[in-house]
Amino acid sequence: MSTKTVNQKAWFLVLPVLVLVAFNAIVPLMTVVNYSVQETFGDNLFFWAGLRWFEEVLRSPRFHDALSRQLIFTFTILAIEIPLGVIIALAMPRKGPWVSVCLVLMAMPLLIPWNVVGAMWNIFGLPELGLMGKALNSLGFDYNYTRQPGDAWFTLILMDVWHWTSLVVLLAYAGLVSIPDAYYQAAKIDGASSWAIFRYIQLPKMKRVLTIAVLLRFMDSFNIYTEPSVLTGGGPGNSTTLLSIDLVKIALGQFDLGPAAAMSLVYFLVILLLSWIFYTVMTRDEES
Amino acid sequence: MARITLDQLRHSYARNPQSDADWALKQLDLEWDDGGAYALLGPSGCGKTTLLNIISGLLVPSHGKVLFDGEDVSMLPPEQRRIAQVFQFPVVYDTMTVYDNLAFPLRNRGVDEATVDSRVREVAAMNDLMGMLDKRARGLTADGKQKISLGRGLVRTDVNAILFDEPLTVIDPHLKFQLRSKLKELHQRVATTMIYVTHDQTEALTFADKVVVMNVGEVMQVGTPEELFDEPQHTFVGHFIGSPGMNVLPCQVSGSGAVVACHKVATANKAARADGTAEIGVRPEFVSFATSGLPARVAKVSDAGRFSIVEADCDAGKVRLLVGEGGTIPSEQVHLAFDPARTRIYVDGWLAGREARS
Repeated sequence: MSTKTVNQKAWFLVLPVLVLVAFNAIVPLMTVVNYSVQETFGDNLFFWAGLRWFEEVLRSPRFHDALSRQLIFTFTILAIEIPLGVIIALAMPRKGPWVSVCLVLMAMPLLIPWNVVGAMWNIFGLPELGLMGKALNSLGFDYNYTRQPGDAWFTLILMDVWHWTSLVVLLAYAGLVSIPDAYYQAAKIDGASSWAIFRYIQLPKMKRVLTIAVLLRFMDSFNIYTEPSVLTGGGPGNSTTLLSIDLVKIALGQFDLGPAAAMSLVYFLVILLLSWIFYTVMTRDEES
Repeated sequence: MARITLDQLRHSYARNPQSDADWALKQLDLEWDDGGAYALLGPSGCGKTTLLNIISGLLVPSHGKVLFDGEDVSMLPPEQRRIAQVFQFPVVYDTMTVYDNLAFPLRNRGVDEATVDSRVREVAAMNDLMGMLDKRARGLTADGKQKISLGRGLVRTDVNAILFDEPLTVIDPHLKFQLRSKLKELHQRVATTMIYVTHDQTEALTFADKVVVMNVGEVMQVGTPEELFDEPQHTFVGHFIGSPGMNVLPCQVSGSGAVVACHKVATANKAARADGTAEIGVRPEFVSFATSGLPARVAKVSDAGRFSIVEADCDAGKVRLLVGEGGTIPSEQVHLAFDPARTRIYVDGWLAGREARS
């Protein structure tokens, strides 16, 4: 141990990465921090505001509502997409010509640009001419996502499930195919039921990729903007105004840079905190 | 526990096998006694794993039958054959403790917890796993994991046979010996039929009472380690078993023995007529330097500890012989003598006069 040479020059090799990270993350973030503690009335004039915007954001019922809607949205889609993705991955063939067919079909929704997804579902759900909207109404359902908040939520969640379950499927499938045949053979010999095989072989082997899937889906859905903004624009009323939509309204609609910046930072910290909780909970018994 | 019979077993992975090469297993007829320790030995791709999977029920043979105690089980799935298998790469249930791993096969069969507990503790004691029953199986070393795999077979009281598919491949060399003697010891204790697949002759010969030597889907010889060493029925067996393997030299057949490179060599068996390619086989242990005999030239000497391996070139090819510690090795021109009782004629690879004798 004591013979280890001290060589600090190695730090210079980290410099390029540091510069890169500084320009694409730290500098933009610091400008936001800068806005969040100042007030401006245009003309590039700024006045010190301290923590006023943060207090305002944290006390604002509007923020609380958007945050609640965001949490409901994210946890709903996670509760649907993760189990559904695993079920589909389990049902997919592991060998043979159908593998590539299934994989291509699964990858399809992921290849569609996000605003196109929003536009597709916007038209798909229109009560007078959309395939789904019209079909639902002719079946006797009073479905109108532009007028009824419940229908808007239904469409929003359905759209996200359609768009992103594939990602979970592909990740879970990757975890499944990496399990050597010997495990299944051993389980057969040990007389394990298909539930036991899932519980003690497939699920543990999928755990790592599922952790990634949960984190990705959590962060992505918590940041979601394009699709709901094209689909409902946050309406009807404010019923589907998620955090990002609200943020854009404040920053670009009302041009309240200070409050918007403070809200961005709070938003960012919430994501960071929840991601950390997810990660810790899902990997907690790995250390033991 | 069961006697295992393989009846005219053949297997091909191709749907419509045309040529000989399409068969992973050519015609096999074997009979294994209840409680024996058997090894399937052969180079990679010789069909030994195929055969093992047919016995365990993971594969259905294209032709022929597998019988356990006379009962045809060819079509039964593994779980109904009551066998246990230890795989090349250790299979443990990562999230379970060692205890739960061992209890798993019993709990799946609905055995009551009191019996499970006593069986698990008994097997854990046999496998030296007692101290780690509450540990997660994930954290164990490869040899610990293999002991669990084996333990999952041993806890069951209904097991007909335990099959091993190259179980020591991922084990550190210094632990191989330990685990091998453990296996041998366990076999003597539980007296369950054990079938051990390997390409390592040391593993096969130390573990098994009877070794089945296989090559390209065919059984070359079934015998005790001594028989395989003393009386190889095929030049392949002679070559594959022993280190270094048997010397094989082309020869002509004469009335009383063989003629190798214009030199008469006395042999233990006789070939009636040379209706194929004739060769003589003699192990390096039974070749010695002599004043007269097959002329040769010493080409290479390698020290192998208690003896030296000498490579000599004669007109018929290369001959290896062993010289004990302190033995003198002449240089240049030498004469080689073959022990007549240990020198045999092989025709087309097979020991001449084999059918006549048996």
